[in-house]
Amino acid sequence: MTDYQEYLNFLISALASQNKKQLVLSENTALVADIGLSSLEVMEFIEKIEDHFDISIPLNILPDVNTIGDLARKVRDLNL
Amino acid sequence: MLFDKFQTMANFQAELAARHVKPFGAVTEEILSATEGVVQGRRVILAGTNNYLGLSYDPRCIKAAQDAAARWGTGTTGSRLANGSFAEHQALETEIAQFYGVDHAIVFSTGYAATMGMCSTLAGPGDTILLDADSHASIYAGVKLSGADIIRYKHNDPDDLAKRLRRLGERASQTLIIAEGIYSMLGDVAPLRDIAAVKREYGGYLFVDEAHSMGVLGETGRGAAQAAGVEADVDFVAGTFSKSLGAIGGFCVSRHAELEAIRFCISAYIFTASSAPSIIASTRAALRIIVAEPQLRRQLWDNANRLYDGLKALGLPVGPTASPVVAVEMADRSATIDCWNALMQAGVYVNLVILPASPSTNFLLRNSVSAAHSSAQIDTIIAAYAGLVSAGLITPTNKVN
Repeated sequence: MTDYQEYLNFLISALASQNKKQLVLSENTALVADIGLSSLEVMEFIEKIEDHFDISIPLNILPDVNTIGDLARKVRDLNL
Repeated sequence: MLFDKFQTMANFQAELAARHVKPFGAVTEEILSATEGVVQGRRVILAGTNNYLGLSYDPRCIKAAQDAAARWGTGTTGSRLANGSFAEHQALETEIAQFYGVDHAIVFSTGYAATMGMCSTLAGPGDTILLDADSHASIYAGVKLSGADIIRYKHNDPDDLAKRLRRLGERASQTLIIAEGIYSMLGDVAPLRDIAAVKREYGGYLFVDEAHSMGVLGETGRGAAQAAGVEADVDFVAGTFSKSLGAIGGFCVSRHAELEAIRFCISAYIFTASSAPSIIASTRAALRIIVAEPQLRRQLWDNANRLYDGLKALGLPVGPTASPVVAVEMADRSATIDCWNALMQAGVYVNLVILPASPSTNFLLRNSVSAAHSSAQIDTIIAAYAGLVSAGLITPTNKVN
């Protein structure tokens, strides 16, 4: 079973190409407010995660997601 | 603070006003025929009205509406569950079910209410909905209300749908799969034969919104599922009376007897007044015409092909195949507005489409063709686009400008 830290590490590495501001990414980095992802870029990022873990992330969980850590926890829960 | 989120839209509207253009909510001052009107003081060919068969102005439909208004009054003033189910509504439900060869139908007051109502009710908490990424706003609104898990599959991509059903495992058989017949903005047709095959492999329930394909596709006009030969795989068909049938309203039909119980659980059906009897009567008349006059569909497709071929020959970026919806995609907002305005000046009304109606960040000059358009009118529309090219407003590269 992959734990939270592993999900977090993958998410941070997967965001590298979209981290145009070259921020130091952590679990507290906000996807939109800090990194500045557009809605289209968020969906591309989500698809990357889905294909990596072979899961589907329901749209209805996204309103609760602000930070990379929030998303890592959601992905972990989907895999439980 | 409350209004801050509207500032971007207010700024955009102010920009349009400063440029003296009003593409959104353009006022039609007079209707001259199914394909001509006076819009913002200018006589124009109507090439953005979804009036696919031209029945909004058919004398038989008008007479039916007049007679019904005289007999039943101007409105029902109540819900279908209270006093608003007249014999006309019941008759239309019987007739639309017969048209689709099934036993069950619900008539709604609008097409939006039909798809939103069904999508918000069929699946609930604990269920899963798989919807095409380019689904209509009414579908998105519905699934959001449902409480179900909402998962998108890539637009018109049966392989992505299959991948996502596989990921669901045992839950796949309890999943509501949503597709449209013809997609409203770009006019592309869903690959329903392949989508139905995926459904057969993994299970689930298939819901198809035929709003833009009813009366347009299929041997008898039942839509894209009929054209693909997969009606037996479709569990629910929704549609509208406001396009090929020339009125307003919506429906859902199904072979599942459970639709009769579902009817009493749909807020968009229960908590709104039913359609005026005149609307129901004109819809019934239009449905009879669709059945009796298949040549209308042939005329529509002749016109659609003529417009599509004409715009493609100009080098404009249209979709991959001809359709009654022919959209020209552009990347620059200001240039698209200029083009829309120039088309109006040339006597052609089309739809200007921006996000969120546009399925991408591109802007659209969206044309919808009618069987009632004459060949000369189609040629005038093509000539108006040629004028955009001549004026340097759009570059004929066959790619999005």
